Parts: sequence; structure tokens; C-alpha cells
Amino acid sequence: MTTIDLTRLAAREMASGLRAGDFSARKLIDAHLENIRTTDGPLHAWVFVDEDEARNQADAADRRIAEARRASADAVARLPGLLGVPVALKDLVLTRGQPSTAGSRILQGWKSPYDSHIAERLKHAGAVLPGKTNMDEFAMGSSTEHSAWGPTANPWDLERVPGGSSGGSAAAVAAFHAPLGIGTDTGGSIRQPAALTGTVGLKPTYGRVSRYGIVAFASSLDQIGPFGRDVRDAALLMATLAGRDERDSTSAPIPVPDYPAELAEGDDEAASMLRGMRLGLPRQYFVKGMEAGVEARVREAVAALAAAGAEIIDVDLPHTDYGLATYYIIAPAEASANLARYDGVRYGHTVRQEGADYIADYLATRGSGFGPEVKRRIVLGTYALSAGYYDAYYLKAQKVRTLIKADFDRAFENVDAIVAPTSPTVAFRFGARLADPVSMYLSDACTLPVNVAGLPGLSVPCGLSEGLPVGLQLIGRPWEELRLFQLGRAYEGITSGAEWRGMEPRDLGLLSDPKTPSAMDRAATVGAAA
Amino acid sequence: MATFTRKDVEHVAHLARLGLTEDEMARLEGQLNHILDQYAVLAQLDTEGIAPTAQTIELENILRDDIVRPSLPSEEVLAAAPKRLGEYFVVPPILGEHGN
Repeated sequence: MTTIDLTRLAAREMASGLRAGDFSARKLIDAHLENIRTTDGPLHAWVFVDEDEARNQADAADRRIAEARRASADAVARLPGLLGVPVALKDLVLTRGQPSTAGSRILQGWKSPYDSHIAERLKHAGAVLPGKTNMDEFAMGSSTEHSAWGPTANPWDLERVPGGSSGGSAAAVAAFHAPLGIGTDTGGSIRQPAALTGTVGLKPTYGRVSRYGIVAFASSLDQIGPFGRDVRDAALLMATLAGRDERDSTSAPIPVPDYPAELAEGDDEAASMLRGMRLGLPRQYFVKGMEAGVEARVREAVAALAAAGAEIIDVDLPHTDYGLATYYIIAPAEASANLARYDGVRYGHTVRQEGADYIADYLATRGSGFGPEVKRRIVLGTYALSAGYYDAYYLKAQKVRTLIKADFDRAFENVDAIVAPTSPTVAFRFGARLADPVSMYLSDACTLPVNVAGLPGLSVPCGLSEGLPVGLQLIGRPWEELRLFQLGRAYEGITSGAEWRGMEPRDLGLLSDPKTPSAMDRAATVGAAA
Repeated sequence: MATFTRKDVEHVAHLARLGLTEDEMARLEGQLNHILDQYAVLAQLDTEGIAPTAQTIELENILRDDIVRPSLPSEEVLAAAPKRLGEYFVVPPILGEHGN
């Protein structure tokens, strides 16, 4: 047998290879740790890696597999789908005894005394968790440049951002550091980095995945979701994440389909679901400032879906243009309340000054612990909630939220799903949007209405523009993640022969060159270091 | 809509217990006004009679069974405290000489 690079396999192939005894979980994690060790200097996808713990988890998976193989074929078939498979966790997913900083100095050095719900589920399923991936501080940002630990590079072009806020997980999956990753999405933080790194990312329906043990940003918008290199892999991870957890009272008691089992293996079979499928195309999503190359790829994808039998229907989402303002009132307002807990008393960064009063200590602790984007949003949110402005800003935004949601409700009376761009642009250069916060906020113009309405959204790669990945966004009715996966899988089926399908990230080779500068150094040269 | 003055920045930062440098306040004043300009579009929209949406999924009140369960081990939780005294977190004094 010729040696194959295990890290290039799909997650589901890793899982089946492990069960068949083709290779061990130990060998699989070692191959991934080797990639991390040799290529993460320039990439900086990770902020914490625990090699020993990862190997222990892999060894435990190998024991479970060996035991099942000794028992019966049935016992092997019953093993969880993620057993022995590496999963990259965003740095805001709490794991017991390990650090989670949420990209912030204010949590530097803190170790969680408990596991988040999803960490519990992943551990129970036997997934191998090598560590935590880089992110914009408290998930506020669209480029991962707002991490207190420095930016992450995009494996397609090391001078560009991977998107954000879940840029570390997206880059790790794209660069074969792990086949699967976890992100969170409050306004686009899974879908936009998925689009910019050529990966698949799902933002589930609000309430689909428990937020217990996830560092909170904006509680009525935050959702946790999977990254994978294809739809079936993302669905495999989603199957472990989804479902009711009584520790998050907003997690819904709604049955979870067996996502991987419902997805066709064959391309033609997958594509056949498109016949008669009604897909809405909202003209408002082809926004001002959208790059021509992005629009062209998305329209080609829509044409391909139509050619395969889908009916494309123009839909009107008239309040789309109000999404940005609505989101940038609600999210900072909720963040200002959530981040009040960082007071330097029970955990985290603290400043206590001799002879100063307690308010001065709070001011100093929070002033030195939070970075610029977080401060901006706390001030913005506090202002929007403060006496005299509450009605004009926060209450007004919540009313507009009703209108945005009603737009989608009306559209879904006529269509089964909506197709749109994920990001108006391909990956941008370090520093390009740091000076003007509004230009950064516009990165999420096509994704944040979906959070405002609480809907599921899937981003799948749909080709390249200027050699960089473009994402196609599929938006569904509440709880219809399965339909999005099926549509995404169908789109993979009809484009499986496309030239860009087999392409690996352009700058992957550079990552292992010791002369390649780090993401930090590259950002510093354009004055954009954190 | 309102504009954000330097005094507003100071006031709101203090409400949020956020210590900002002179530089940070100067930068924020400009940036926040630019952001508030984006908000102005909302004022043009008639929302008379529209109910606000605080959450998007229609969940009823959720109750859980009242069962005694172990809490997190206090030693592990206290281990994270910047300042502790035995079984207690040490909080800054809010009364007396340094309180107000």
C-alpha cells in the first residue's frame, strides 16, 4: 500500500478508515499535529495546542475501536461517527482545564472549570480536540485581525485575511490542520470565513445548538456551527452538535434529522433533488460594492442550479438595506450587557491599584483588558441602551427586526430556500478595512439579516474570482438545515467536474517554507498588527 | 438623529466602566458618529404599530425539574480568582475610605 497523506482525506473517510483498521487515530492525529507544527507559524490559525491531550484522546479512540472490532461488526457500526476524528475548536468553546480566551487579553491565563455542551458531546463521541483556534476578540470582527494574539492568514493568499470572526477554524480546515472545525456565527462569523477560505460552513437556526459554555457575544443572535471541506463532512459534525440541552433554555426541543444519512453519496443522486425545487433569488443581496467576479460566480451557480431542474424565483426582501443598522444596534447592545461580567473579580485579567476606589479599578481592568473593536462596541451598545436613546435605537431596531423577519416569512411562502452571495468580496488584504469600522461591518451585509431573523444559512464554495474562493449562501426556513445540506450537496454534485473543485489553497506550499513571514509580521508591514 | 459628542463618549464609557485614553476617546468620537450616520436610515422607516422582536423562535417559558445536582467544585472555581481569601473571592471595597 502506498502511503497516503491522511490529512487530505474527508472526515467521513477518516472515520471509516479508523473502523476498518486501515490506520490508527494516533497516526491520524500525529499527521495533523505535524501539519500544525510545520505550517502554523505563517498561518497562525491556532492560539493553543495541547499535543499530549490530543494524543491521549486519540489513544482512547483507538481502544474503543479495538474493543468494538473484537466484539462484533455490529458494535463497530454503532461507534459514533466522529470517533478519532480531529476537530478544531474556536477559542470561545470552553473545555475543562484548558484555556479559552475568546481572542481577548481579559481572559488571558484563565482555564475553564467545566466543558461546554458541545465539548461534552464531542468528547463523548470520541472526537480528538487538538486545541483552540484564533478569532476576532469576543467574535467581533470579519477578518480575525481583532484578535489580541495577532491575525490569521488565508491559506489561499498569505497577505490576505481568512475572514472572521471564526477565521482560525476556517483557515485550519482549509490548510489540513483538521478536517472539521467549530465556529460561532452572530452576523456571519461562520459563513463569511467559509466563503473566503473555500470551505463549507453552516450557521444553524437560532436554538438548534446549545450555547452552554460558549463565551457570549450577542445572546439573541449567537449560534454555533460546523466547518468542513465539503457538505457531507459539515453535516457529520452538525449531527453531533445539534439538539436540546436544558442548560440553554433557548435550545429547542425539536427533533434532529440524521443529517449524514440523508445525504446522497452519488453526484447524480444528490443532484436529482433539485428537480422542482423552488429557489428564491433576492435582488437586494447583490449589494453596492459587490465585486463583479463574486457576482459572476454566484450567478453562474444559480444558472447551474436552474439547469439541473431548480426553479429560480425572484423574491423581494425589501428591508434588507436596514439589516446593517439593525444588527449594529442589537448586537452591540447585547454585547455591552454580556461583557459587563468581566470585572476582574472572579476570573481573568485584573488591575487593582493601591489606594484607588473600586470604580477606578473596574475602569483600569476593562480599559486595559479589552481591545479597540470591543471597546467600540461596548460604548455603542451602552449608548443605544442608555436613557433617552433606548426608544430611538434599541427599541426601533427590534421593531425593524420584526419587519426583516416578516420579509423572509413572506418569501418562504413561495420558495423552499433562498440563494445569495455569502460575502460581497473575496478575501481582502490585511489592514484594508481596519481604519474604517463601517467598511468592515459591510463584509457581513449579506449574512447578518439571516441572524437577525434567526434562520439557518449555509455557505458552500462556488468557484474562484482572481484566484480566490467565492461562497454561495443558501438560506432556509427555521429548522431546515437538512434541506440546506441537501441543496449544498446537490450543488457539489452538479459541479463535481469543475476545474476549481480539486484545487488546494494557492499558498499552501509557502506555509512550510521557513522563510515565509508570520501572519503577524505581514500584518505589521501594513500597520495592521493587533 | 443625535450626534455623539466628546462628553457623550466620556459619559457612556464611564457607564460601561471602560477606562479610555485621550487618544481612544478622540478616535471613538469620530468613528461612532460615522456609525450613527448608518443608523439614521432606521428613522426613515415607519414602525408605527410594529411589535418589537427580542427573540426569533417562539419558545414558551422553559422550566426544568427541581433536582439537586452538584455544582462546580469550589476549589476549581476559586483557583481562577485574581484575589482570594480562603473560600472567598476578595472584592474591591465599596464602603468606607475607598468606596463611595
